[in-house]
Amino acid sequence: MEAVFFWVLAVALVICATAVVLFRNPVTNAVCLVASLAVQAALFITLEANFLAAVQVIVYAGAVMVLFLFVIMLLDVREEARRTIPWVKVCGVGIVVLAAALGIPRVIEAFPSAKKSLHWGEGALSGSARDLGTLLFQGYGPLFLATGVLLLVATLGVVVLCRKDPEA
Amino acid sequence: MIFSEITLGHYLALSSLLFVIGLAGVILRRSLLIIMMSLELLLNAANLALVAVGRFQGIPDAQVAVFFVITVAAAEVALGLAILVAIFRIKKTTAADQLAGLRF
Repeated sequence: MEAVFFWVLAVALVICATAVVLFRNPVTNAVCLVASLAVQAALFITLEANFLAAVQVIVYAGAVMVLFLFVIMLLDVREEARRTIPWVKVCGVGIVVLAAALGIPRVIEAFPSAKKSLHWGEGALSGSARDLGTLLFQGYGPLFLATGVLLLVATLGVVVLCRKDPEA
Repeated sequence: MIFSEITLGHYLALSSLLFVIGLAGVILRRSLLIIMMSLELLLNAANLALVAVGRFQGIPDAQVAVFFVITVAAAEVALGLAILVAIFRIKKTTAADQLAGLRF
């Protein structure tokens, strides 16, 4: 059962990610990216990272992608013009994809480990918000504060960058 | 056998495949917007690998790392799109190969 879930999600994820790269309409790209992020949230659930799955949907598929779509609307980006196919690049990417395809069974065989139980401390094994929060604030408090400062600086930076006339 | 039992290798293989797809997007596409979307794919491939390794090796701290990656990625997207808008105001384009102002 779990294997069926994994294979369905894996195929969906690869298709969505490929669509992000291949389609020429930016809105299509963004929607495909939303789909791939949602599929990845489902994969997080199969790995018992439930809180991360929720965060993935809310922050990535929600906030970040809305930002992308807003910018697409704002800039009125048109479809990329078709160009003559750069054969060197196509060959290079083809070789990389081929190498990846040949290497995948080897990677699968190289890490045959089964699942181990996670030690969350209090015996709960769910990856819930409580588990992650306990872990976060017990060991990574300063890092958490630093991330807050980073977000503040990023916000200020965006405001400064997007002002209409920086000289005025 | 390889289809019925899911191991760490399956997740790592999927993650590396996702990374290759994202890398192809960064290399092949010209629009800065699409390049940034491909960068998100790269970050997500790394996230998937982190969560999988943490789950199979019994290290819950990996999820904390992914939490931080998501936060920093959100900040990165906000700043990157702001730079993109600023560039578009000056150059009227988002094609990466037309932004050659520093070349001489």
